Amino acid sequence: METTDNVTMCQYYSIEAGNFTLAGEAAGQIKNNLKQLGIDAALVKKVAIASYEAEMNLVIHSNGGRLIFKINPKVITIIAQDDGPGIKDIELAMKEGYSTAPDTARELGFGAGMGLPNMKRCADRFVIRSEEGKGTEVELSFNLS
Amino acid sequence: MLEQYYHSVTLDRGKCKGCTNCIKRCPTEAIRFADGKARIIGERCIDCGECIRVCPYHAKVAVTDSLSSINAFKYKIALPAPSLYGQFEKVDKFGKVLAGLKMLGFDEVYEVARAADYTAAFIKREMEENRGRIKPLISSACPAIVRLIQVRFPELIKNIIPISSPMEIAAQIAKRTFCEKRGVKPEEVGAFFITPCAAKMTVVRNPIGMDKSFVDGCISIMDIYGPLCSKIKKAKSEDVLHMATEFGVGWANAGGEGRSLHKNNFLAVDGIHNVIKVLEEIENGKLSDLDFFEGLSCVGGCVGGPLVFENSFVAQNRVRELKSSAQGNALTCEEVEKEVSSIVWRFQTEITSKPVMKLAEDISVAIKKMEEMNTIYEQLPGLDCGSCGSPNCRALAEDIVRGYATEMDCIFKLKEKVKMLAQEMIELSEKIPLGKETTSEEDVKE
Repeated sequence: METTDNVTMCQYYSIEAGNFTLAGEAAGQIKNNLKQLGIDAALVKKVAIASYEAEMNLVIHSNGGRLIFKINPKVITIIAQDDGPGIKDIELAMKEGYSTAPDTARELGFGAGMGLPNMKRCADRFVIRSEEGKGTEVELSFNLS
Repeated sequence: MLEQYYHSVTLDRGKCKGCTNCIKRCPTEAIRFADGKARIIGERCIDCGECIRVCPYHAKVAVTDSLSSINAFKYKIALPAPSLYGQFEKVDKFGKVLAGLKMLGFDEVYEVARAADYTAAFIKREMEENRGRIKPLISSACPAIVRLIQVRFPELIKNIIPISSPMEIAAQIAKRTFCEKRGVKPEEVGAFFITPCAAKMTVVRNPIGMDKSFVDGCISIMDIYGPLCSKIKKAKSEDVLHMATEFGVGWANAGGEGRSLHKNNFLAVDGIHNVIKVLEEIENGKLSDLDFFEGLSCVGGCVGGPLVFENSFVAQNRVRELKSSAQGNALTCEEVEKEVSSIVWRFQTEITSKPVMKLAEDISVAIKKMEEMNTIYEQLPGLDCGSCGSPNCRALAEDIVRGYATEMDCIFKLKEKVKMLAQEMIELSEKIPLGKETTSEEDVKE
């Protein structure tokens, strides 16, 4: 079989705001995909944790959005996009322990202010773009081998 | 090499009706249908015995050794699993069960429950050495769960406690003591585990953490139950020394191992599908405060094994009542230290991952296959009926990509195709030239 390095697979998961029952399902599917693709267990764990945090952020903070999973033989990319409300002060949002999570999320044990820092720690590359009133996009990349 | 995929769980082809019960309950999606009969995929099967339990036609069986197989050895030792104590009505003495076993032709009986006391002591040592570096540590007592982790949760292999099971510890102590006492050679002595489950049989042939098991065979509780019951009636409990503590006996039930460690911060989960859910949580890093996780494949723990006689809940209750009358002394430090230096209690070989779910070795090929799989999956009805012979629509898509199945195995797809063909035939039949029809024989006659 011919092998081409430019094969890319891409999957979209629509994430509903405030729905804690479904929260974590997309990240779970991404994890299963990675296992089936034969990705190294330690890397699967990193991607799984980061995509779970990304998914939770969409559920807790956004007005709804998408989780995108891309993979090619060199890199895994997780993108979390939403339709607002956007982050006012990104630097502050990146601080461990800082959170703007509403009480409804905190009651469930979320909102410890570790989401973004955790994502950054797990990923090899972390990019965040946000515009108040418009939306946020977090892009995480993980190198394969 | 022949026994690379040895499994105790096998299929009785004659009894299999080709229903979908087993394929849908298998935790590793290891069963498919071919020619209307189930087929177990050897590399995926973990011998949990779930299919034995759910098959309404009893077509799934566990192969174990017969009672007569013990005669291959000059001297025979029985190693009864703690779950054996819960099988008998109105038997309130451990010694009666043990003496009954001896009357069946064994020269000696050594309680695996006593070995469990040792295993607990070894695990405590390990936990002290670990000092919470790995959390939670995962029990290695249930072989089906260890295999499950190898197949589905490779990241958690490092959490598995690398200590031999009570069965292996029992075989070593029993053989050594017997040889010393009777002055015989080790190779003349056979140790036979009286087992509640198929996974133990598999692990004797295909050991975890060692190259060769110290156990020489496994006899199922189900097979020995009848003959043993008749012996127990006549058995004198003082004939065999009962040594296990209530904690060792407690290993028969889910949570027994955790309690024997005298640590509060443990979690015990029974039933393989429940265990999978909690392992997912552990894998996601959610239970990192937990010291010890005990996962057992069977509901209720070992008393719920597929090869036991008594109902799991009844046996569980009996063990709970019975264990308070256990006579064994708590192990002394000297006793533990003696065994630490004289038996193999730590795993000698590494536990490796078995990525049997992997689509391909090469990542590019795997990605392509997964994409193809997703496209096929979207075309399937999504009913997960299992009629195609794969456990669900996703698994069928996977089987198609792997080349083991075709889209036409889906009865809904087939129906669509037949409908299309029928439609086409009607259309074609209407296209027969009219001229020919008028010149048929009947027309000529008239």
